[in-house]
Amino acid sequence: MVNQSTSPGIVWWKWVGAILVLYSIIQGLLIQVPRLPILHETIRNLFFHVTMWFSMIAMMIASLVYGLIYLRTNDLLHDIRAKQYAYTGIFLGILGLATGSLWAKYTWGSWWVNDAKLNGASASLLVYLAYVILRGSMEDDHKRARVSAVYGIFSFTLMLVFLMILPRLTDSLHPGNGGNPGFGTYDLDSKMRTVFYPAVIGWILMAFWITDIRIRIEKLYIKSWES
Amino acid sequence: MIRNQVIHLIQKEILLEWRQKYAFQGLFLYVISTVFICYLSFRQVIDLPTWNALFWIIQLFAAVNAIARSFLQESRGRILYYYVIADARAVILAKMLYSLLLMWVLSVFNYLCYSLFIGNPVQDVLLFGLALLLGSMGFATVLSMVSAIASKAGNNSTLMAILSFPILMPLLMTTIRFSKNALDGLAWSVSYSFIIILIALNLLSGALAFLLFPYLWKD
Repeated sequence: MVNQSTSPGIVWWKWVGAILVLYSIIQGLLIQVPRLPILHETIRNLFFHVTMWFSMIAMMIASLVYGLIYLRTNDLLHDIRAKQYAYTGIFLGILGLATGSLWAKYTWGSWWVNDAKLNGASASLLVYLAYVILRGSMEDDHKRARVSAVYGIFSFTLMLVFLMILPRLTDSLHPGNGGNPGFGTYDLDSKMRTVFYPAVIGWILMAFWITDIRIRIEKLYIKSWES
Repeated sequence: MIRNQVIHLIQKEILLEWRQKYAFQGLFLYVISTVFICYLSFRQVIDLPTWNALFWIIQLFAAVNAIARSFLQESRGRILYYYVIADARAVILAKMLYSLLLMWVLSVFNYLCYSLFIGNPVQDVLLFGLALLLGSMGFATVLSMVSAIASKAGNNSTLMAILSFPILMPLLMTTIRFSKNALDGLAWSVSYSFIIILIALNLLSGALAFLLFPYLWKD
């Protein structure tokens, strides 16, 4: 019997992801960075911290899309996908909070500050965790899939909208807002861009890879459980 | 077709509420006792942001308690009955509209109680009224939907809170900022962006609930 493990090697986009992440780690630590007040060398954390949020939002969108597909098709496979994308999203969110917390300690002087972006990030993590609890509270497969898909779509959509409008509502300690040195407009020089953009793409691809492996593990688990 | 069903369902909700007056009166008592506890602990709130935040937190808890009942109170047999006789979209629409009415009544009552015990520093009452109106509308739509979800997952009221709090956060934060402007008596033009955001959030959550509820409804 031919199964998936005989497929020829690793798919191309996984190679791309791994190479881009490796490149961003090595190059991110080696390149010349602009000397900015407050930030100094910690600016290199940009390549590791901000990329986590980009990949988390990618996971949120993927989970949302698979939730929608599940409601259309009623195929439990899509429910597994929606779930695993959400789980990877939680993992990335925690990493994002951890790297951000470390960065905040060395620039703003505190592990946690009251800031619009931090509130947005913790709200999205709370939504994810509520999603996990909701899944855990139901036994029946199809019911769980349907109810959590509905909650996922409802909450992730509101959360994405929230993340978009929130920065416009308040000042933030984050770059570009409230008199802090910003990256986006003038300080993210072309040299940093050559690392930052590949890092974003690389980490998003890595996140998809991690989720892919977890989905395959769960499929195998279900298969062994059924037979 | 749907409009008729919605009207009948809302009439039914009001009739049921009228027959079980104790639940309805319980909500008012809930608000009074919460406000009274705050009064005993704070005495007088002079700081405006605290007044505002406390008011909306009471409002939030009252809303979760009031609307949690909307699906959680329905027995399995009755849900089956609605399923047979009514369109799913009519059911959620009726629940949202009824919750909206309930929230408006409750928020006005909360405001009266709160200003009686803790004081009323609101400078622009009309604008504050608008904040109450729009904020309660958002609570009603989001919480009706979450109540439906929580009722599917085994009637657990803790679940209701953890599912709804994070998604109510955008709404709550916008409303709190908006009503702070009303407290300070700022010009209406300062608050236009908040009004637009609140209306947009309400429409979005209402539309999502309307589209997604039919999937939840079939069992």
